[in-house]
Amino acid sequence: MQGRQVARARVTGAIAAAFAIVAVPAMSAFGADDAVRAVPNMFAPVSTPANTIRELSFLVLGISAGIFVVVSGVLFWCVYRYRQQPGDDREPPQVYGSNPIEWAWTIVPVLIVLILFLATARTINELQASEVPPNALKVTIVGHQWWWEIRYPDLGVVTANELHLPVSSADTKRPTYLTLESQDVIHSFWIPQLAGKTDVVPNRRNLMWVEPTETGTFLGQCAEYCGTQHAKMLLRVMVHEPADFERWAATQRKPATTDTAVAEGRAIFQSTACINCHTLDGTNADGRFGPDLSHLMSRTTIGAGAATNTRDNLRAWVDDPHQFKPGVLMPAMKLDTPELDKLTAFLLSLE
Amino acid sequence: MTVLDEGIARPRPAERVSAWVTVHDWATTVDHKKLGVMYISSALVFFLIAGLEASLMRIQLAVPNNDFLPPTTFNRLFTMHGTTMVFLVGMPMFFGFANYLTPLMIGARDLAFPRLNSFGFWLFLFGGLLLYFSFLGGAGLYGAGTAPDVGWFAYSPLTGRAFSRGNSTDYWILGILVSGLGSTATALNIATTIITMRCPGMTWGKMPLFVWLMLVNCLLTLIILTPLTAAQVMLLFDRFLGAHFFDTQAGGSAVLWQHFFWFFGHPEVYVLILPAFAIANEIVPVFSRKPLFGYPFMVGATVMIGFISMSVWAHHMFVVGLSAAANTFFTASTMAIAVPTGIKIFNWLGTMYGGKIRFKMPMLWCTAFLFSFVIAGLTGVMLAVVPWDWQLSDSYFVVAHFHFVLIGGLLFNIFAAIYYWFPKVTGRMLDEKLGRLHFWIFTIGFYLTFTTMHFPGLLGMPRRIYTYEAGRGWDTLNLITTLGVAVQAIGLLFFLWNVGRSLLRGDPAGDDPWDAWTLEWSTTSPPPDYNFETVPVVHSRRPLWDLKHPEDPDWKYE
Repeated sequence: MQGRQVARARVTGAIAAAFAIVAVPAMSAFGADDAVRAVPNMFAPVSTPANTIRELSFLVLGISAGIFVVVSGVLFWCVYRYRQQPGDDREPPQVYGSNPIEWAWTIVPVLIVLILFLATARTINELQASEVPPNALKVTIVGHQWWWEIRYPDLGVVTANELHLPVSSADTKRPTYLTLESQDVIHSFWIPQLAGKTDVVPNRRNLMWVEPTETGTFLGQCAEYCGTQHAKMLLRVMVHEPADFERWAATQRKPATTDTAVAEGRAIFQSTACINCHTLDGTNADGRFGPDLSHLMSRTTIGAGAATNTRDNLRAWVDDPHQFKPGVLMPAMKLDTPELDKLTAFLLSLE
Repeated sequence: MTVLDEGIARPRPAERVSAWVTVHDWATTVDHKKLGVMYISSALVFFLIAGLEASLMRIQLAVPNNDFLPPTTFNRLFTMHGTTMVFLVGMPMFFGFANYLTPLMIGARDLAFPRLNSFGFWLFLFGGLLLYFSFLGGAGLYGAGTAPDVGWFAYSPLTGRAFSRGNSTDYWILGILVSGLGSTATALNIATTIITMRCPGMTWGKMPLFVWLMLVNCLLTLIILTPLTAAQVMLLFDRFLGAHFFDTQAGGSAVLWQHFFWFFGHPEVYVLILPAFAIANEIVPVFSRKPLFGYPFMVGATVMIGFISMSVWAHHMFVVGLSAAANTFFTASTMAIAVPTGIKIFNWLGTMYGGKIRFKMPMLWCTAFLFSFVIAGLTGVMLAVVPWDWQLSDSYFVVAHFHFVLIGGLLFNIFAAIYYWFPKVTGRMLDEKLGRLHFWIFTIGFYLTFTTMHFPGLLGMPRRIYTYEAGRGWDTLNLITTLGVAVQAIGLLFFLWNVGRSLLRGDPAGDDPWDAWTLEWSTTSPPPDYNFETVPVVHSRRPLWDLKHPEDPDWKYE
């Protein structure tokens, strides 16, 4: 595996250098070194599948650039050399074709296509997930209109929209295998810096894998049109050191807080429609239409990335989520001001 | 039939007829030329509407977090834009040119079934109007919306009753179904005409390549529209009769729809692009002053494309979780189709090589087409590389790719065709100066928009989002893309101005303004109702060359 990558890196290295003239690698400079990689650039991979794809893409780009230069060069040369000269109205020699030339420009493309095909076939078989290695972290992603339910069956953790993963280092390799399911329509799970996308199809279970090699926050979003708010179905992946990941999982496993200071807000939560759609452990709320709120405040955004998770945003969201995300399936709760304040205080306690 | 009494037909003297007579004449006509013109003009109107829809979307996307359009409107616009451009612009353009030119090129007096031809046109037009009526009549339930908003490929289960209330999706199904029936009728008609009505001497090997491509295209249309129509009927069953073909809540399959749709949808791309190739096959030789290089190979490549195009559909589905074996197979078939397409490009270059190229408007557009199509072909190969497609699929890279195909490939050649055949259809030339302004402004706008559009895709921007977050590296790129649209719109105004002005005061064209070689240039401009006074007899692929050069006729060499 390692040797093969080095060998391939040597081939693609030269092509990548040639490609450096074109704009794309310049884009790799975007989003370097920040904690949050703001630009989901597929040419700045931090995970094994995305990295392999980039290597293959450089090979394809190199060959394509070569073909482009040759063919468009011939085109421009013909345009320049064979344009009609002023005053020359004679007809040129009438040439009808040439079988040897035709065979030549059939066979050469066939050979190029063969090379591309073999390189592609090899990478498909290398990357396409088939069985889950025993040490892999298993996560189930459930697509909803318009948010992501994230379940860690082995850890007993349920969260939403923000996927936390352990980093995989050279000495402790730990890939993550994602089982993709949909509650309603087709979505598509895509974090360009980690891996290519895989559709999230109802009545079907798809498998994909990532193996992040750097810590940080990486962005992505739903990539298959899924209805009104397809645009605000954002994804964040937080990659942690293994110890930090375990700590995060332990916090998520804890029961939801039962702070008596916010009992009034809690009572409002339990007596309104909230409980029909949301789950909050330790209460009667066990809805599955909306995200699990047991540890709401551990998340950085609300509404699948529609707003940052601050007090003001949270309060405004509960008052009327449509001002952030028009068409969202959560209704405006129409609470009066004191109720809204109490409910917000309660939500803020859900660390 | 009074025309017959006038002897040799010329452009008729401007006699005053009432508007009602003119309207009645066009509405009831079964003449392939009038129907061809109506197909092309209706397509142009739909093109302007769909272009306006695109412009509105680009304004919305010019800056991040924009609220120029609400999400529901944006979703309707991209659905209607795509559906319109494919079914109400691309297809009727193909049928329009095929209708007008095929009988003239093969020396026939009309299509095989003139009344079926008229029926096909009106089905297309009313299908299109039905689709657009959805803006007014789509709201079957309060708040359920108006025009369709499910995307032009209408993936299930988003189209199911549960997720698409009201009747907007039904308008999408029925509008396309009705116009699809028209397309089937016209494809059948044109294929029959080509097979049975060629003039004496026009063997298969002496048919203009334009006609060859139209034949392949019509047969392809006949084969692929059937599964689409079937799938749409199944979807109607799901929506109204409680069937569960695509209803995933009841055990149906979402992926089944995709197989049906793309078995139509990918060959459809070739149905749209083959007419563009057909146009280039006529224009490149005439303006290079040489016969088309490698005629038999061009025919072979076209037939190959026709066949292979029906085995590549699942390359639209590389991300739905097909098996590795299926992914590998569809990579192979998709890459294989690049070979005959490449052969075509090489043969056009071979035609230009050694010629004396006259860069009149038609040839300018064809040259721009060749350049754009090389890029479109190469990005197409990139998308065929499955692992990379897992990244690129459904991103703006794909949107840029297929706009290079459909604008840089198809539309550029439609402009070429309009400049080339406008004199034949109207008897008047389009203005070269306005034409050049149109050409340069439009192509600059096109490259500005669609070259730039590849890059947000590489930076992770998915298609079909009505807005995006700031700071993801997409902001400037999207702004440039939008500015390019404004430039294209200016270019298009010059085109419209040119057409309007030339219709009224263009220079008289004469029968054969380009010194061309196929049969349509042997009759008057515009041609009389009966096309040819006497049925022509041909001896080669370039009958008019033989007439103009009796000392060196083609039939000696073919």
